Amino acid sequence: MNQLILRGSLLVLALSLGACASAPEQLPEADARADALAQPADYPEPVFAASRIVPADSIDVTSVYDPWEGMNKRIYNFNYHFDQWVFLPVVRGWRAVVPEPARVGVHNFFENFRDVRTMANSILQASPSKLMQSTGRVLVNSTIGLFGLIDVATSMGMPKPDEDFGQTLGHWGVGTGPYLVLPLLGPSNVRDGVGLYPDFMLQNYVQNDLLAQPVRATAFLFDSIDTRSNTSFRYYETGSAFEYQTVRWLYTTKRELDVEK
Amino acid sequence: MTNANLPQRLSAGLCTLLLVFFAAFASATATVENYGYPIQDRFVATVVGTPEGYEAELPKDIPMKKRWLNVFPERHLPDLIWYGQEMIYSEALQDRPAPLIFLIAGTGAAYNGGKNTNMARAFYKAGFHVVSLSSPTFPNFVTSASTTGVVGHAQRDAEDLYRVMEMIWKRLEDKIEVTSFNLTGYSLGAFNSAYVSHLDEQRKSFNFRKVLLINPPVSLYNSISLLDRMTQNIPGGEDNFNQFFNKLVQAFSKIYKEEDDIGGDFLYQAYKAMNLQDEELAALIGVSFRMSSSSLVFTSDVMTDFGYVKPRGLALDRYADLTVYNQVMRRLGFTDYYHDFFYPFYKADYPDMSRDEFISAISLTGIADYLRSSEKITVMHNENDIILEPGEIDFFNEVFGERATIYPYGGHCGNINYKDNVAHMVATFTEGAQ
Repeated sequence: MNQLILRGSLLVLALSLGACASAPEQLPEADARADALAQPADYPEPVFAASRIVPADSIDVTSVYDPWEGMNKRIYNFNYHFDQWVFLPVVRGWRAVVPEPARVGVHNFFENFRDVRTMANSILQASPSKLMQSTGRVLVNSTIGLFGLIDVATSMGMPKPDEDFGQTLGHWGVGTGPYLVLPLLGPSNVRDGVGLYPDFMLQNYVQNDLLAQPVRATAFLFDSIDTRSNTSFRYYETGSAFEYQTVRWLYTTKRELDVEK
Repeated sequence: MTNANLPQRLSAGLCTLLLVFFAAFASATATVENYGYPIQDRFVATVVGTPEGYEAELPKDIPMKKRWLNVFPERHLPDLIWYGQEMIYSEALQDRPAPLIFLIAGTGAAYNGGKNTNMARAFYKAGFHVVSLSSPTFPNFVTSASTTGVVGHAQRDAEDLYRVMEMIWKRLEDKIEVTSFNLTGYSLGAFNSAYVSHLDEQRKSFNFRKVLLINPPVSLYNSISLLDRMTQNIPGGEDNFNQFFNKLVQAFSKIYKEEDDIGGDFLYQAYKAMNLQDEELAALIGVSFRMSSSSLVFTSDVMTDFGYVKPRGLALDRYADLTVYNQVMRRLGFTDYYHDFFYPFYKADYPDMSRDEFISAISLTGIADYLRSSEKITVMHNENDIILEPGEIDFFNEVFGERATIYPYGGHCGNINYKDNVAHMVATFTEGAQ
């Protein structure tokens, strides 16, 4: 579920990109918006009014189907505050208290479960090559890599495919549905949001089998801290008023590419 | 590298690609012999930067700390940009007495953009306290540190930068020991540095020991016009933006899907695989510039309630749907901003200046005498920088003489991470230091 927290590097891109591409089909919106943007009568006309600048037939390549934008922006705002008051202070504590090699070990440990998730989804997507790659990684890292603490597979140059249930659904033609900002987790859509559940159940199942009770109980917590710690994205820090729609477009485009990959 | 790193590479790549600004061509004689930077085409260099193997070796982890500064505590921001109250910057401090260097980022770039970060690493490694600042054209600077909220004015921006530098030094003076103050910036940040140094001659808070200008524009307006015109290179014109953009995304996605192990050289590989022509690269640079300028200008519009694309008096809250404003902004160039927002906004302060005088004042020629006589200021530029009009490169030889080093190629800042350039950059500040 953690992969849904937007990757920091994407945000850097967001910064410069402002907005662009990937025209989804759901665009009767565009016309309605063009009408809505005609100025309300009680405001003075701006220097550049949309009615004069944007051609009536223009299609916005960066638009994403987002009927719940109002709610999504509120959750986006909530996530920022959760970050400020809870998540980031915890991450700072984590980084201050736990030495770097130990943090890397924890990170690798959870990444190993990510590879298990990829194995399962590779089967569901009928992709033998990804299944081989991810299985190879899990075998190497769980043994030579001491239960996943050391990422031997990457050092050996083994490719690391990344598949989740949202992508599996996409692989078999399920559309994304509306854009969705998830509490704590960030950008998503209905399809990917639904996909979180089987992935989460799988990870739980595997961990319950392998981990001792005290570790199991805290695994989810440490997994979350580790993920946030490795995600450089910070809400609102691009400073751009267009950040929300840029992140929305980037997330959507990236997931489209991930499904095709 | 495995494809786990690909999203980062893809986006870091796109990012570099898109954080690139400014355009044009130039003539002059090479003053650097046996220059080993491998890309001679100015558009390719500008977009691709420095390929793997040619970059300076720099420490990956330096103790860089993010800091917030409340420059105008009394300021009340409109709800839409509520998050922009405090200016964000970073510092990497030595634990012993050392010279301090301020870095100013280029157009639309943040304190922690790729180029600034690399420079911070280089200077930290060389033993400097490093303070990294965003460009005044970065939205966070506009909302938090610009006095007027309307940036691009040479003197006003310098004053705003000087204020935050003084405030930051006030915070640091009890914490660290500084042996000298130094200043550098690239692109628009170099232009800003020249004016900040000029201001420092009167204010004397820092008495900069050395100032290095890396790939500055001569006339801001000329450079901006060149960049604006680059979108005309979109095949079929701006109205065909969608097709052009989809082509780019498809090309990127093809590489993203096919390449499993592409090393740290994603951009260069992507460039080769996409087989883009110079016109398309120019279009890409133009589009990227448009994207960053539209965020900036809309931020200023909201800040000042000027009524540029947002109707005056209309209060947008933080949850407002901005689709239409984004669409309008993307159709407007930075020159539109100068004529229809910037000029009318400042007109009242300078009633005697014509539009042309106003625009030509925003140029290094305005302080040429100072630059000519000031030994501490040096320049590092490229003969084929795309942000200069033909002949503009000669300005640097004429004004700075031997204090200007003009590399034969590198485009606009494409060679800024190249090992020789980094060594040059650092040596500028370490030579003659105690």
